[in-house]
Amino acid sequence: MSHQIILQLTVAILIGIGAGYLGSFMVLKRMSLVGDALSHVALPGIALALLWGFNPFFGAFAALFFATVGIWALERKTELPSDALVGIFFTLSLAIGLLITPEPELLETLFGDISSVDKVDLLITVISVTGIIFLISYINRGLVISTLSKDLAKSMNISVNKINFIFLILVSLIVALGLKVAGTLLTGALVIIPAAAAKNISESISRYTVLASVFGALSSVGGIWLAKLFSIPAGPSIVLAGGVIFLFTLVFKRY
Amino acid sequence: MSEISQVPVLDVENLVVAFDNNKVLDNLSFAVQKGDVVAIVGPNGAGKSVLFRAILGLVPYSGKIKWASGLKISYVPQRFNVEKDFPLTVKEFLQLKSKNYANIISTLESVGLNTKEQDQHHFEHHFLNQRMGWLSGGQLQRVLVAWAILDSPDVLLFDEPTTGIDVGGEETIYNLLKKLNNEIKLTVLIISHDLNIVYKYASSVLCINKKKLCFGHPTEVLDPQALVKLYGGETGFYKHEH
Repeated sequence: MSHQIILQLTVAILIGIGAGYLGSFMVLKRMSLVGDALSHVALPGIALALLWGFNPFFGAFAALFFATVGIWALERKTELPSDALVGIFFTLSLAIGLLITPEPELLETLFGDISSVDKVDLLITVISVTGIIFLISYINRGLVISTLSKDLAKSMNISVNKINFIFLILVSLIVALGLKVAGTLLTGALVIIPAAAAKNISESISRYTVLASVFGALSSVGGIWLAKLFSIPAGPSIVLAGGVIFLFTLVFKRY
Repeated sequence: MSEISQVPVLDVENLVVAFDNNKVLDNLSFAVQKGDVVAIVGPNGAGKSVLFRAILGLVPYSGKIKWASGLKISYVPQRFNVEKDFPLTVKEFLQLKSKNYANIISTLESVGLNTKEQDQHHFEHHFLNQRMGWLSGGQLQRVLVAWAILDSPDVLLFDEPTTGIDVGGEETIYNLLKKLNNEIKLTVLIISHDLNIVYKYASSVLCINKKKLCFGHPTEVLDPQALVKLYGGETGFYKHEH
């Protein structure tokens, strides 16, 4: 195996683990499609990074950070429901992004390109995924209780707002990372599919979150292998590999 | 209830809760003493759950709500239902509240869920490691009571603990709460729909329909006139003479 392949696999596996783990909580919180919408919001950030010549991750994360904080604040200040807000941010960002993304990079931005990762990407990924796992285990208890019942959590002096804020920031972080793998159109799948598959065959939350991470990693390995085998882009094939795992777990689902 | 042993736990005065200038609770005053079992009754939309949320500080209010200091309060919200496919076992749920496994087991015993004769392996496998969403209505209520009393609270707020449970199961949940009330002087505030149960178990009853309509010992304040006032004359419910 060449050096570049090992680099690609490492980055994709780590992102798969992070996306699966975080995605497991997003699915429980009924936020599955938030990841999908947010990945579109990143487009103008990536475009500006490409135009000004810095790492697209930072552009994407900056755009996601502002959008997330904006939605979080607007939701608290106005009566607009968050799905409407996400919908507005999402379509406006996509429109702006499509206009300013340089033509040659458009395809890579839309579908991702793991084959172009470098050591800086690896470093960013290692730090981010470690941070995500560490922070989620820190807020894990409050996150589960507030998912079960907001009132219950508040009555136990759990600061639900703080937990939700940390969670949203982590969601933007994993989406920013995932863009390298699956692009603005498919990144949502990285957080939804492994978690949905794990949910089919888990009774306990510990098994569920671990399996979601494992399935995320397996999708990355399977997808990259398929991409090399058939000379197809890795992003879509990673998503498809996740889909195969999902179908497989469906067979073992207990009703 | 002897007058001498009364220790105030909660004092509510002129409580008003309004959402968008629409008063949900109006000028409500009552007091709770240690060891009381207070049943809160009223028609749908009377503001019973809002009252709980207000005294817990979960919704904005005006007026005075004063808890005795240093109390541990446990709350089980209304319609606390875990979806069938939510991956969370009974053990994991209880461990969110207490890391002490021995404490969890003994608490499950005290709510009648882990009888000694039962095979421990069977209990572990079919109950503790079972998904919350797969429990029967009665089992779920018992687990919720166990959750609520795990950290030995002084006060328990229970919002409609009997929704969706058959009568037999209902009786035992109240027996259980009454037992805990006797044994550990647990103060219980409970929202209930079943007046029979209220007569049988509550030491006082608070009837509300936005405003306070009655407060006192159930057999004294819950007379036919009060019920007509509370439920609008449609109820055919009268107290049982025992």
